[in-house]
Amino acid sequence: MSSHPGSHEDMSEENLPSERSDAHDGAVAVAEDPFADPGLPPHQPRRQDIDERAARRSERAVAFMFTLSMVATLGFIAAYSLIPPSKIVYIFPFGHVSALNFSLGWSLGVALFCIGAGAVHWARTLMSDVEMPQERHPIEAEPEVKQKVLADFRQGASESQFGRRKLIRNTMFGALAMVPLAGVVLLRDLGPMPGTSLRHTAWRKGMQLINVNTNLPLRPEDVGVGSLTFAQPPGLNDNSDDYDDVIAKAALMIVRLKPEDIKDKREADWGHEGIVAFSKICTHVGCPISLYEQQTHHVLCPCHQSTFDLSDGGRVIFGPAGHALPQLRISVNDKGYLEALGDFTEPVGPSFWERG
Amino acid sequence: MKKLSVRRRHPLAALVVLLFALAATGGLYAAFAPAEKAQADSSQSLAIEEGKKLYSVGCATCHGTSGEGTKTGPSLVGVGSAAVDFQVGTGRMPAQQPGAQIPAKKVAYSQAQIDQLAAYIASLGPGPSVPTKAQYSPGGADIANGGQLFRTNCSQCHNASGKGGALSDGKFAPTLQGVTPKHIYEAMLTGPQNMPNFPDTTMPEKDKKDIIAYLGEVDSGKTPSEGGLELGGLGPVSEGLFGWIFGLGTLIAVAVWVAAHTTKARKS
Repeated sequence: MSSHPGSHEDMSEENLPSERSDAHDGAVAVAEDPFADPGLPPHQPRRQDIDERAARRSERAVAFMFTLSMVATLGFIAAYSLIPPSKIVYIFPFGHVSALNFSLGWSLGVALFCIGAGAVHWARTLMSDVEMPQERHPIEAEPEVKQKVLADFRQGASESQFGRRKLIRNTMFGALAMVPLAGVVLLRDLGPMPGTSLRHTAWRKGMQLINVNTNLPLRPEDVGVGSLTFAQPPGLNDNSDDYDDVIAKAALMIVRLKPEDIKDKREADWGHEGIVAFSKICTHVGCPISLYEQQTHHVLCPCHQSTFDLSDGGRVIFGPAGHALPQLRISVNDKGYLEALGDFTEPVGPSFWERG
Repeated sequence: MKKLSVRRRHPLAALVVLLFALAATGGLYAAFAPAEKAQADSSQSLAIEEGKKLYSVGCATCHGTSGEGTKTGPSLVGVGSAAVDFQVGTGRMPAQQPGAQIPAKKVAYSQAQIDQLAAYIASLGPGPSVPTKAQYSPGGADIANGGQLFRTNCSQCHNASGKGGALSDGKFAPTLQGVTPKHIYEAMLTGPQNMPNFPDTTMPEKDKKDIIAYLGEVDSGKTPSEGGLELGGLGPVSEGLFGWIFGLGTLIAVAVWVAAHTTKARKS
């Protein structure tokens, strides 16, 4: 708008707001404007600005809070080094709490709060509060400035011989383009690719179902109607390094339904006289699920409320899970123990890109 | 007597006479009515007979006249005396109304009557019987092992510290705080309502005892709460709610309070 000097002479455009804001002298226009900007109210002093004693009180208050913060920090250090972690004290209304946790939390809380409160009090009562407005100005640079910058740039380009020495220019572009590849290569460490490990668990044909509670193989007569038992493959040691990796996929829920209650024919075939073995891992994001309701045969996942019907092939009846709960095919071996007839036929746990 | 007769026309006289008459009738009935049969006389057949009478009055409407079950109540054949002792002993039965879950409430029968009911139900078919004190008393049990068993078998519904939790369609796992060792044992043995059961074949008696000992330890006020306020011990939901409402609310209130107070000498 300011780039066409002399337009304010043109009175016919004076009524446009954009033109009016442009006027430098503007004395006539303001006098005629019934909605004139009243401007800022006059500055009001604070008590501390006019009364030195009040200002000193504020100074002391701020200094007191900063000192309190220092004391609290020293208290934090003292509590950390003096109070044993096992010390339990009774503090109303919190009950029996750890003395260490309690004192660390309060001392650090007081230390941080006092710094903040002191700074706020300082800024409000002592730092200058004189209003300093800065009127808006056009963002665009003046034409002379623009021309100067462009001229400087052209001069720099020619002096650096950027345009003439093409070899330097091209190799520089190459170097700048190559450098980010170093970061891309590091992404390789996100691997290695899982391969087929997501599709298999530790279960193999002929493995007995081991009761997690007793660490003994399960017999069909151990599992009553309405009971809930957890099973794992044999030979697992919960102290070994790979225990978590194995059990995270192989954990089983063993329940027994009345055979006439099983609605899904495949489920009945894959079980033994109503005993069925389902994966304990939710097919949504892999939470362990075992909130089994023995009258409805529903299994609820506590994470996102996916619900599976164990009387109907582990079908999803509610929630975000995308696949039925995988069932392990079981039978009884010649010694009378429950055994697996192979691995799960589908991947257990959450879906993944290549699952299909 | 003169004083009393003067007041015979008092507006409340009739009420007083009525109260006296009622008290006298009740007192006389109590004095002359046939005394209840001595509880000590508990030969098994007599207990079953008494239990059947109690059953016909309190239970038969839903569970059928001989425990065969109806549309509103399951069959009680083979549930055993442990199930009766748990359901009636915690006040869940007799149920107030059908619903997703029958909650615990005030116990309606005396322990002697519960024993009679249990004897009758046990006579209908074999089932788990009421555990003896030696079976459920937690003395000498392995508390650490109990904690591990609890986390494997129970905590998915009842929460890691036994505070209970939500299930589907209005059902819930109740809190285990304040539940007697006998009732915890019976619940594991019989699987009341939608809770699965944990028979001795998959969870031996000693394991149950360990779990009871663990719950007793968690429940005894001795166990410290390292972090202070537990907020019901229900986990992230109550903690998040507390943090968002009280934590953030306090910060907002302080900010508003600071900004609402001018520091100017002349208050406008």
